[in-house]
Amino acid sequence: MSMQSAQSAQGYVTADGRKIGGPVMEMENITLRFGGVTAIQDISFDILEGEIRAIIGPNGAGKSSMLNVINGFYHPQEGRILYHGEERKPLKPYQIAYQGIARTFQNIALFKGMTTLDNIMTGRLTHMKTNLLSQALWWGRAEKEEVENREIVEKIIDFLEIQTIRKTPVGRLPYGLQKRVELGRALAAEPSLLLLDEPMAGMNVEEKEDMSRFILDVNDEFGTTIALIEHDMGVVMDIADRVVVMDYGKKIGDGTPAEVRSNQAVIDAYLGVSHD
Amino acid sequence: MPAEFYYGVEVFLNGLMAGVMYSLVALGFVLIFKASGIFNYAQGIMALFAALTLVGFQEGQIPFSHLINAIFGTEVHHFGWHMPAFFAILAALVIMIIFAWLVEKLILQHLVNQEPIILFMATIGLAYFMEGFGDLMWGSNVKKLDIGIPQGGNFWIEESTAFLGGPDFYGFYLDTLDIYATFIAAALVIALVIFSQYTKTGRALRAVADDHQAALSVGISLRAIWVIVWAIAGFVALVAGIMWGAKSGVQFSLSLIALKALPVLMLGGFTSIPGAIIGGLIIGVGEKMFEFLIGAPLLGGATENWFAYMVALVFLVFRPQGLFGEKIIERV
Repeated sequence: MSMQSAQSAQGYVTADGRKIGGPVMEMENITLRFGGVTAIQDISFDILEGEIRAIIGPNGAGKSSMLNVINGFYHPQEGRILYHGEERKPLKPYQIAYQGIARTFQNIALFKGMTTLDNIMTGRLTHMKTNLLSQALWWGRAEKEEVENREIVEKIIDFLEIQTIRKTPVGRLPYGLQKRVELGRALAAEPSLLLLDEPMAGMNVEEKEDMSRFILDVNDEFGTTIALIEHDMGVVMDIADRVVVMDYGKKIGDGTPAEVRSNQAVIDAYLGVSHD
Repeated sequence: MPAEFYYGVEVFLNGLMAGVMYSLVALGFVLIFKASGIFNYAQGIMALFAALTLVGFQEGQIPFSHLINAIFGTEVHHFGWHMPAFFAILAALVIMIIFAWLVEKLILQHLVNQEPIILFMATIGLAYFMEGFGDLMWGSNVKKLDIGIPQGGNFWIEESTAFLGGPDFYGFYLDTLDIYATFIAAALVIALVIFSQYTKTGRALRAVADDHQAALSVGISLRAIWVIVWAIAGFVALVAGIMWGAKSGVQFSLSLIALKALPVLMLGGFTSIPGAIIGGLIIGVGEKMFEFLIGAPLLGGATENWFAYMVALVFLVFRPQGLFGEKIIERV
């Protein structure tokens, strides 16, 4: 059975001295089915403010489905989702973006024809409020708003060290840089919860190190709460504060990297002990 | 220079201006195709419907008067007032925006994630519905559309260029309406480009054209965007309808201009706004010059009817994505 971490109650202080607060997101007994297939079965866990929370597991374990539930692409048949302590009704993905949840995708989903700058500017959308008419006429607040948001985007571009590709259409960028732009777009929303779906998939060692550094820096400098899915166990154990382990749609482990590593069910899942 | 040469130049200029008209229609197709992957067969009918509505408002026609008279035995046709062109255009624009909203609400919303062919069929249905609806609402007679743009040959240009080609040449004959249409179309395109480049809604439009999922994740409502796109396409249709209607009267054959936009799209690519414009100009100039140089003297004329489609066919064979379309690369 699953192992509950003793730390998840009301925050804690990490080994490197970061203060972790109360729950941002609480998943309670989530079950998600597609027709007859159960992708997620009765899973509960929480994500605390300021922490880096990882979801790991073998292929097909239901990790991406879980991220899509958090993000509103899927609606679970059973269970409750609490966001900042309040039960969340089923919302559309774009509404969830307005609630302060931003994400990246496993297979990069950027706007390929648009420049780096424009891509990251779309991330500011939830903070821009002028109406269509004043934009069409470039009237009053619309211009001011563009300029203000542009400044924030420039800061993110500096932070991610991608100044040189500001005006390049992202379709032409190498894979690693595209991943970084996608992270930038999500950051631009100043999310209260940032979801990263395999941020290091398909990267070489150097790119992985860069990305790990950016994730840690985002968390450290902006205090952003991060939930991420990752295949690379080494990376997860390095950067995550707490880890949920999934296998065949069930939760088989939950705790600090050290706790999870010594969990027999987790070891079995990764070493491929047969499921009866 | 012989007069022949200047006649050639005149044909070229007229071709350019005919091309602007094609571009206007093609532009409406591209906008909707980019944002939603729908080939909107109804674009031509939208232009017709917009023009009908404009004339109806201008003339103070009572909508559905035929139907009302048939049911209630009355004899009403007109409100008895004339609306100034400017207000009639605004009112027609409002109607096109309502139309966009209804299309999303009644059709597109129910067809999310369907195959393109199904969406295409839906727009064919929409096209014929609108043709009948427009007929019922405003009547099927040919209407004169006059919003105050002068028509006929431009004497100033004619007189000031007459000296060029010697005694046999009387100056360039250019229709004033075409000249207006060219400038209005250019202004429209520039406005659209600025809107899509420098506003958040413009960025959202481009974002949706690129990736639906990512667009959702940054907080873009696809349905809102579709309403906006169809409303803009309705606006473009209105402009096209005004120009074509002023030129040749508002009649139901107007919807056939949509067919001329097809070769334009083949040439320019379905996903490129500059492509639609340049494609339209190439077709316009191409068919006029071909008729002038080869068609009329050698082939017995009337080549304008098929030239555009032949060009499109040749293009399809050698460059299926069009001049500016994105190259289709399939990973193996």
